[in-house]
Amino acid sequence: MELTLAIAIGVLSASGVYLILRPRTFQVIIGLSLVSYAVNLFILAMGRLRTDAAPFLSGADANIADYTDPVPQALVLTAIVIGFAMTALFLVVLLAARGLSGSDHVDGRGD
Amino acid sequence: MTGMNHIAILPILIPMVAAIANLFMGDQRSKRMIGLNIGFGMLLVLVSALLVVVLAQSGTTAAAVYPLGNWPIPFGIVLVADRLAAMMVLTTSILALAALTYASARWHSRGPNFFPLFHALVMGLNGAFLTGDLFNLFVFFELLLAASYGLALHGGGRNRVRSAMHYIVINLVASFLFLIGVALIYGTTGTLNMADIARAVPLIRPEDRGLFEAGAGVLGIAFLIKAGAWPLHFWLPNTYSAAAPPVSALFAVMTKVGFYAILRLWTLVFANGSGSEMVFGQSALFVIGIATIAYGSIGALSCKALDRLASYLILVSAGTLLLAVAYNAPGVTTGALYYLVVATFAAGALFLLKDVIDQVLPAEAQILAVSLELYGDEEEAIDEDQEVSRTIPAAATILSWCFAVAALVMAGLPPLSGFIAKFAMISAALNAENAPTTATWWLTGAFIVSGLFVLVSMVRNGINIFWTSLPDGGLRLRALEIGPIVALLALCVLMAAAAGPAMTYFAETAAFIHAPLGYAETVLPAGAAS
Repeated sequence: MELTLAIAIGVLSASGVYLILRPRTFQVIIGLSLVSYAVNLFILAMGRLRTDAAPFLSGADANIADYTDPVPQALVLTAIVIGFAMTALFLVVLLAARGLSGSDHVDGRGD
Repeated sequence: MTGMNHIAILPILIPMVAAIANLFMGDQRSKRMIGLNIGFGMLLVLVSALLVVVLAQSGTTAAAVYPLGNWPIPFGIVLVADRLAAMMVLTTSILALAALTYASARWHSRGPNFFPLFHALVMGLNGAFLTGDLFNLFVFFELLLAASYGLALHGGGRNRVRSAMHYIVINLVASFLFLIGVALIYGTTGTLNMADIARAVPLIRPEDRGLFEAGAGVLGIAFLIKAGAWPLHFWLPNTYSAAAPPVSALFAVMTKVGFYAILRLWTLVFANGSGSEMVFGQSALFVIGIATIAYGSIGALSCKALDRLASYLILVSAGTLLLAVAYNAPGVTTGALYYLVVATFAAGALFLLKDVIDQVLPAEAQILAVSLELYGDEEEAIDEDQEVSRTIPAAATILSWCFAVAALVMAGLPPLSGFIAKFAMISAALNAENAPTTATWWLTGAFIVSGLFVLVSMVRNGINIFWTSLPDGGLRLRALEIGPIVALLALCVLMAAAAGPAMTYFAETAAFIHAPLGYAETVLPAGAAS
């Protein structure tokens, strides 16, 4: 499971970084989205991977081994919401830049 | 003390209420709304000043600690207004009031929702200074960035949209780096509360130590991008000079958020240890600081337009502050905090001044000044009589005095506050233990040489603006526009006059943030910090 997650994060961030460095605004926004997925998975991984465990302890016979950390999950939720809003905002600016310069190049150049 | 603790949240609540009120109260361009907005700005300055005064009169380790939702510290999010945070909030509030007043003369009506975005930006800035939680810092950063994206676009136009797009992409990438850093630090220390992190750092398992340092490094890069440090600053001059002038003026304090975060986390997490990571971080920051100053100074020399020049001056001041943090001595930090306040005010005033000059001077006159410099003035001899007989109107006098004061502060010449700031930093560096070292001479040299570069570029711009191209008729200035500029520069002069009490406050601030675990002991409940 660790390996799967690590490969997923690696592939997402590698393709994301490649796309961010491309000259077209649409490629940049897809790249930013991919990197944000990679980062979200990474935050989740920082709470340690665990299956079949609840994010709370209850009862007198609760065992700390059956517990998964809820904080990274809350952080990811916040990060997803913020990332989503920022992507939407960037999309608007992207369209405005396309309309004003007549080109989808990040510098507004027509090539 | 309980009453004081509640003041800590007011600098966040007031701009939030102001932003919401603007959205719901109809026509934002009416006179009533302008009055209301300036009122909110003044209220914020009063509350921030109250916070600073209360803290200055309490003990040197006093801080207003406000646990949000009253969750026990360190499990809930906590707001901490110590002296450093309080002075940053006051600086932001004053600059915001000046920019807001300036904007209400003309600029607020150039696009929709100027005032709500402006207040949201101030709210994000104040929140970033006040929060004591690393993830909450991220949230406030995003809040201020979201508002700043909108403000950078205020007024529209192709140039603004293009530079704002670069700004957004860079900052989104920086936000992802921020998240990666926060996640790594949480994964190794198990906490997000800054005071608790300071407590937990010595307890990190040796095998996790590398991961923690990587996290701190990634986080540092995110902050350096915001601080405009070389080589991560290429977005800054374009964005700042393309944005609407009151917006650029407020942006002058945004690079200081990056500096603040670096100073806070650096002193909390690393400065008290003495490992290889400390030496690495210190030398990296030192080199970056020198490079930023060099780049900013050379860039300033190349500028023909005042707003672009002001952007490069912001780079110079960012480099100066980073260099001071890297030096890691309380005395140098004292001078750096003083420098931060006056450099922010002067840079903000310069952005506003540029706009006033643009209004009163016809554009052709400015182009003429630049081309005169390039091709030489062939009509100089003929025009000489005319030049002498012309009386300079009062408005031009005010403008040129404002410019002169800003130039003196930015270049660090006596008798104004810029000189006092640089003198304090250099003097503290020279008088520190086992000084002077090679680093001391680099610091001294960088401060003095950059002062010369800034002076040359400011004087050259001043000559172009004030000596060659003023129109003959009287210049008309709006009180709403020249007032904030004069007020900001008057504060710079006042800081020089009241340098004694100000320096005492900053020295106590620096001593507090450099004290081992002082912050942690103040924030965490008794007994938990040990």
